[in-house]
Amino acid sequence: MINIEIIQKTAESLMAKAAIEIPDDYLTGLQKAANDEDGDLSSFVLEAMLENYVAAKEDRRAMCGDTGCPRWYVKMGNEAQIDGGPIALEAALRRATANATKSVPLRPNRVHPLWRTDHDNNVGIGAPEIEYGFEPDGNWIDLVTVHKGGLFGTDYRMLFPSDGIEGIKRFYLDSLVAFGKRGLACQPAIIGIGLGGSKDSCMVLGKRAACLRMVGDRNPDPKIAALEDEFKELGNSIGMGAMGFVGKSMVIDCNIEVGYCHTGGMQMSVHAFCLSSRRAVARIYDDGRVEFRTDPAWFTDYQRRETVEW
Amino acid sequence: MVKDNKPRKIRLSANPTAAALADLHIGDIVYLDGTVYTAREGVYKRVLEDGIAMPMDLPADSAANFHCSPAATQHDDGSFDLGAVTATASFRFSKWIGPWLAASGAKLIIGKGGMSAKDYREHFVPHGAIYLTTVGYGTGALLGRGVKQVSNLHWKKELGLAQAMWVLDVENFGPFIVESDLEGNSLFERENARISASLDKVYEGTRPAVLKRFGETDDRSDEMI
Repeated sequence: MINIEIIQKTAESLMAKAAIEIPDDYLTGLQKAANDEDGDLSSFVLEAMLENYVAAKEDRRAMCGDTGCPRWYVKMGNEAQIDGGPIALEAALRRATANATKSVPLRPNRVHPLWRTDHDNNVGIGAPEIEYGFEPDGNWIDLVTVHKGGLFGTDYRMLFPSDGIEGIKRFYLDSLVAFGKRGLACQPAIIGIGLGGSKDSCMVLGKRAACLRMVGDRNPDPKIAALEDEFKELGNSIGMGAMGFVGKSMVIDCNIEVGYCHTGGMQMSVHAFCLSSRRAVARIYDDGRVEFRTDPAWFTDYQRRETVEW
Repeated sequence: MVKDNKPRKIRLSANPTAAALADLHIGDIVYLDGTVYTAREGVYKRVLEDGIAMPMDLPADSAANFHCSPAATQHDDGSFDLGAVTATASFRFSKWIGPWLAASGAKLIIGKGGMSAKDYREHFVPHGAIYLTTVGYGTGALLGRGVKQVSNLHWKKELGLAQAMWVLDVENFGPFIVESDLEGNSLFERENARISASLDKVYEGTRPAVLKRFGETDDRSDEMI
C-alpha cells in the first residue's frame, strides 16, 4: 500500500522542482543551440535564458512567471495499491497543486472559460488535468508534473494518406512559422508531433511526445527516428531563432509518436514545449521510498504495444 | 563562434524623458529603474469600458505599463511573496491601447511579442510612447530579482491576482529589448521580413494539404478540396 501523505508531499516537491529546475536534457540542448547560434539578437536571448536558469535555482524562484497549465501524468505498476484508492490520489494531486501555487509561488492561471472565476490556486473544473498509464509488474506509482504553456504553439490538422510526407512537412513548417513569429511559441522548444489515432488521441500523442520524452532519445521505429532527425534539422533551417529573430535555433529536439488511425486518414498534431520545459518526475514505492528524476520514461514498449495480448 | 555586434545595454527610468526615448534604437537592451505597474484586459475593461476611476495617479506615479501577471501571492498579513515575473502577449490588447495611452500617459508599454507597426504609428507615436519586449519569454527569475518591492496591489478582490494592478518598485529590472522606437518602427517586423525572404526555399519539397480549411480561403462557398 502506497502512503497517501507521501504522495501529496512528493507531488508538492515536484510542483516546485518543475517550476524552478530546468531539466538537464533540455539545458544541454539549449547550451548547444547557444553555442551554434550566430544571430546577434537570438544569441543575446539564449544567453539571457541560460542566466535565468541559474538565477531561478539560486533564488529558488520559478523560471517563468507564466506557470502555464500544470498537469499530472500518473503511471502505476500493476501491483501498486494506493492508500485511499484513486479518489484519494486525485485529491492529493489537487491539494498539492493548490498548495504549491501559494508556496513556490506560481501564477494562478486557471480560470473559468466564460465567467473568468479564479480560485487563485490553479485548481478548478477539469484543472489540473490528470492522465493515467499502467505498466506490467511493479509496486510503485510514477508521478509526472508538466507545466506546459497554455496559449501558442499547438495545432491539429486532418491529413490523408495522399498528403504523404510532403504534406506532413508542410503542416510542420506552417505550425513552426506561424507560432514562431515574435516568439509566441517560446522557442527554441521541444517539438512533439502526433500522427494518427483519432483527433483527440492525436493531440494527446503529440503533447506527450513534446512533454514526456527526453531531448536526444529516438522513436524505436528506425524510420520514424530518421524523420525526427530530419524534422529537427528542417525546423532549424527556417532561419528563425528565439523570439522570432533571425537565427537558427528553433527546435531543440523533435519527437514523433504514432497511433493506429482510420484507414482513410492521417491525423497530425504539432506541439511546442517552451524555453522553460518544466517537467519533474518521482517514483514512489509501497515501502515509502521516493526517487526523483527528470525522465518520465513514459513511452515504454507497453505504452507502444500493437499486439492483442501483452 | 565569435559574436560581435552585441546589442547596446542601457539603463532607463520608468518615467523616461522624451530625450531618453529618442536616443533608443530598436534592438537595444534596456534595464529599468523606478516604478512599473501591471495592467492588462481586466484593468483596461474596468477603466476604459466601465469608466471606473484609476486607483493610481498616472503617469506621475509611473509611465511604465507592464502586460504581466506575476507569480506572486499575498499573505494574510498583507505582505507579498513575489517569485517570477513574465509578460503576456500584447497583441490581444490592440483595441484598448490607444485610449489607454491617452488615459494613462504611459511612455513605456512592456509585454510579450510586441504589437503591430500600425498600432505603433496610430497610437504610440502620437503619445511619444515606445514598446519594450521581455526576453525569451521568459526570463522570469531575472525579472523577479529586479523587483525591490511590491508597493501596492489594486483591485485584487475585483479582478483576481492575475488581472489585478500590481505596483512594483524596480531596480536594474530587465532585460528588455526595444521593439518600437519613436518613429513607430518595429524590430519584430524587420526580423520577420528578413526571415520571410528565404521561406520559399525552406518550403521546397512540401505541398499544401489535400483538404483545405476556412482561413486558407475566404470564399465560404468553396468546397475546400
